[in-house]
Amino acid sequence: MNGTTAVELRRGLGESVVALTGALDAKSLPPIWSKARAAVRENGAAPLRVDAAGVSYCDGSGIAFLLDLLREGSRQGSRITITNLAPRFAELLAQFDQTSLEDETPPPRAAPLRLTEQLGRAVLQLGADLRHQGNYVRHVTLCLLYELRHPSVVRWKEVLGVAEQMGVNGLPVVTLIAFLMGVVLAYQSAVPMRQFGAEIFVANLIGLSLLRELAPLMTTIVLAGRTGAAFAAEIGTMKVNEEIDALTTMALDPVRFLVVPRMIATLSVTPLLTIYAGVVGLIGGGLVMLTFNIPLVTYFKQIVSVVSIGDFIGGLFKSAVFAFLVAAVGCLRGLETQGGPRAVGQAATRAVVSAIVLIVVFDGIFAVIFNFLRI
Amino acid sequence: MSADSIIDVEHLTVGYARDGEEVVLLQDVSFKVLRGEVFAILGGSGSGKTTLLKHMIGLQQPLAGRIWIDGDDIVTADRPARRAIMRKFGVMYQMGALFGSMSTLENVRLPLEEFTEFDDDAIDLIARTKLYLVGLLPAVHRAPAELSGGMQKRAAIARAMALDPAIVFLDEPSAGLDPITSAELDRLIIRLARTLGITFVVVTHELPSIFAIADRVIMLDQHSRGIAASGTPAQLREHSDNPWVHRFFNREPEEALP
Repeated sequence: MNGTTAVELRRGLGESVVALTGALDAKSLPPIWSKARAAVRENGAAPLRVDAAGVSYCDGSGIAFLLDLLREGSRQGSRITITNLAPRFAELLAQFDQTSLEDETPPPRAAPLRLTEQLGRAVLQLGADLRHQGNYVRHVTLCLLYELRHPSVVRWKEVLGVAEQMGVNGLPVVTLIAFLMGVVLAYQSAVPMRQFGAEIFVANLIGLSLLRELAPLMTTIVLAGRTGAAFAAEIGTMKVNEEIDALTTMALDPVRFLVVPRMIATLSVTPLLTIYAGVVGLIGGGLVMLTFNIPLVTYFKQIVSVVSIGDFIGGLFKSAVFAFLVAAVGCLRGLETQGGPRAVGQAATRAVVSAIVLIVVFDGIFAVIFNFLRI
Repeated sequence: MSADSIIDVEHLTVGYARDGEEVVLLQDVSFKVLRGEVFAILGGSGSGKTTLLKHMIGLQQPLAGRIWIDGDDIVTADRPARRAIMRKFGVMYQMGALFGSMSTLENVRLPLEEFTEFDDDAIDLIARTKLYLVGLLPAVHRAPAELSGGMQKRAAIARAMALDPAIVFLDEPSAGLDPITSAELDRLIIRLARTLGITFVVVTHELPSIFAIADRVIMLDQHSRGIAASGTPAQLREHSDNPWVHRFFNREPEEALP
């Protein structure tokens, strides 16, 4: 494999000669490949002999190089012969002819669909998806109700594991976000309200917005990013590894076996996380209010006077519904995974996006309903 | 390192730490792989074959010992030097490890695009040449998920050979393949070794494959945590006095099941 690789064009009367020396491999060929191709092109249609007597080594890349010279020669209308190539390399080259590498047909490209056809297909797909998701939600709900009526069949060990993973391990991030949310809300509202001497009403704003709206919303959005994605990736990997098929052929329902424990854990832990987030957010706001000379006692008394039990329960109810959506869509995206590792990543992404969209849509619906019911 | 050897493993001890204690899997293992030969690392499940391979290709650091790859020690090499050594060999992993987001052709093109200065046409031609050599030219545009197990392994060999390495490591090439596909893969390995002069290091426990392809074999034994026997496959089968080797080649169970 040693020796400097070089190419030289020698013009003769009857035929021109391209002399090759050195090793023809991936390491040595880049500097001479285009030079040799140019020499063949320059030779035009005249007969050309490639003298490989000086070739010390030739491997797959070298064979590709010689085939390229033959192909370039035939494009120019020249008759090219390769001579003096060592027998073992010639044996390798003999496995190919010039058309060997060109016989594959490119993959057929589908004709672009017309707009109406695209629209029709999208509607059909949407209908199929909604039907599928409706069936899935019904199946999950029935399994959930059955297991709640028969607690002995619940896989409690898995429920506790998931609850620990999503609840206890999620506390630091929920703490940070809730605390900063309280701090930011307090600062942003206290500065303008001070101009009117109305700093005390910042407590009303923080209390209502956190307990009714922001604590359930932010907690479940964090949940969608952490837990929903984890559910989709975990179940998606099981799908790719045929573990879901194994469950099915063991006559075990994957929804009962995998989805329901996750649902129970999520539905149990999320309201607790929401209460925790609300309290931490209120503390954050209270600390800011201290800098505006509002004592903590006054701040919390003001909150208690303005936030009703209905606001608190409404926030918890929303967090439970959002938790159902996050867990259900995370598991659904996992079960829908098709293909390899890339599909697992896509399933996790789809789980997070779907969960956040659903949370926001349902939050809007709740806002209308609560307003209508005067809650 | 002797002149005719391309890999020298010297006094290699491999293992890991568990609860603060060192667990040794292989103790003081030494062997040589000769240039151009098909060398098999044989052993039962859990004998440390794949662990040994991972140390030879620089994915894991040993507890002690040296591994010389074509004159360079991969154990003591720093990061840039190790990357340079890694360019001397290609690896086919047990499950192929093709990149699912790329077509078969793109998988083979990738190392050429990253590590050579060939123009696009040349890269395409070289990648097609490698795929032709493994008989996969009709499948160049297919995604790995659309290939059968045997085809995926052949595509992985083509990718391992993309940069014309002197050595190709194969981890369990026959695992999960039917006997016909396995025999086809054995023939491919022999043809590539003979025509391209590549040194193959094959980790396997498939006896028919070993007899078909291997010039020399070492056999790992989990009880002694070392090499139980070495030689040609026939020598191991006919002449080894090691009871573990004898049982392995005669497919005798170690102890009766209840």
